[in-house]
Amino acid sequence: MIKALGYFSELIRGSIITTRHFVVNMYFHTLKLFRIKAQRKGAVTTQYPEERVEIAHRHRSLHRLMKREDGKPRCVVCMLCATVCPSECIYVEAAEDPDPEVQKYPSTFTIDLTRCCFCGFCVEACPEDAIRMDTNEVEIAEYSREDLIYDLDKLTR
Amino acid sequence: MIDILIVLIKIVFAMMWFLILALYLTWAERKESAVMQDRIGANRANIWKFRAIGLFQPFADAIKMFFKEDFTPVFSKRFIHNLAPFLSFFFVLVTIAVIPFGDVLRLGEREIKLQVLDINVGLLFILAMLSMSIYGVILSGWASNSRWTLLGGLRGAAQLVSYEVALGLSLIGLIMVFPSLTLSNLVHFQGELLFGWLPKWGIILQPLGFIIFLFAAVAESERVPFDLPEGESEIIGFYTEYSGLKWGLYMFTDFMKVLIVACLLTTLFFGGWQVPWLYADGFHFPWGGQWLLPHGIVVAFQVLAFNLKVFFFCWFQILVRWTYPRFRYDQLMDLGWKVLIPLSLLNIVATAILMSL
Repeated sequence: MIKALGYFSELIRGSIITTRHFVVNMYFHTLKLFRIKAQRKGAVTTQYPEERVEIAHRHRSLHRLMKREDGKPRCVVCMLCATVCPSECIYVEAAEDPDPEVQKYPSTFTIDLTRCCFCGFCVEACPEDAIRMDTNEVEIAEYSREDLIYDLDKLTR
Repeated sequence: MIDILIVLIKIVFAMMWFLILALYLTWAERKESAVMQDRIGANRANIWKFRAIGLFQPFADAIKMFFKEDFTPVFSKRFIHNLAPFLSFFFVLVTIAVIPFGDVLRLGEREIKLQVLDINVGLLFILAMLSMSIYGVILSGWASNSRWTLLGGLRGAAQLVSYEVALGLSLIGLIMVFPSLTLSNLVHFQGELLFGWLPKWGIILQPLGFIIFLFAAVAESERVPFDLPEGESEIIGFYTEYSGLKWGLYMFTDFMKVLIVACLLTTLFFGGWQVPWLYADGFHFPWGGQWLLPHGIVVAFQVLAFNLKVFFFCWFQILVRWTYPRFRYDQLMDLGWKVLIPLSLLNIVATAILMSL
């Protein structure tokens, strides 16, 4: 009997919590409806396509390849990124550069974004600071898988 | 001739009221649960960029359901499979006929009862029809010819039958206090005053009966704390094999049950269309003041009071649905047979003793 009363009081306590949330949120919704400034909004929702959350400074977003002053990619094809990549999504092919200071440049550099897990190891590994993940682009979606294999042109853009 | 016309108009109005409110209960449920959980809820459905806080959402849902494939599995008993959702829909729909929306409306010479059908077994009629709607559950479970639906149907039948007992017994105390089964009479009795100032509503005379009826009625509507027949988050239950509009009909029946339970709670325990101290000619306050009103305003007050009470109980049932987790099956049966039925018997005995004093 005592136990049953305990259950019953817990039932009431639970419904008081949800009612409190309802009333408080409705109060702030009503204030907003009448354009009155309030300390907070009635809901924590961000209305995504219209409002966006600010992306954090260190957020790992879409990759980009850095360029030298003359516009060529900074990459020297040391293959560290391709080696460290846990999802094996980076493919690099080297070509000889006429400049003896540079020696190699990537003739192809593709990142398969369908496989990439955005761990950021490639950025950590790169000795030349040639690849970065700071474009703040997070809406990477395409209609076909082929479009998600980014090549040199797309990455240096 | 004009009488038939009036009855037809009343039927149309009652059905429109019932169906439109049930339609918008889906919207209310989404919005209320969202507000309770600090969310916003469905607000994207629009007509020409005009969103109106998601009020078009029910129509968007209906259009979606129309265009979904209506799939009948080959292994099902086709005729009964098609019949079952309509059975449960029909038996819930007819209950609205006996709910009194207000007192008598006088238009010239004519007196119109704001109730489609004032039969002398109104309460029994509602209980019987709600019991009949179990057939929709059982038949769909059986006719789909699949294990999940059969188990869901069995669970649904067991739950509904056992809570039916508590539902009926909890009302006996009320019928002893207000000696009538006619719903309009029940409401009229609740217009009287206790000690000269307290309205004689069912909840004041039968508090225990009210609590038992509340539990049993929420269990009848098969929603979350008692949603064993459906268990929509994992076992799906008796309408596993339904899709498209027939599935939508089951969902819609659920919301209609919520509405009819709210109507019943209002009519039986919260004075129906009665406003405290409002009589046919206006307010007569117990402290002596009075505020006389014309007939039309009084009827409007009554209908408004009925609607507000029904909205409150719809709100309350949605609150219950989004607050409590589901019962385990044996706990559900324990609550029904070992708690609610003994308590309702106790309620009958206590009422009888108090009345004979």
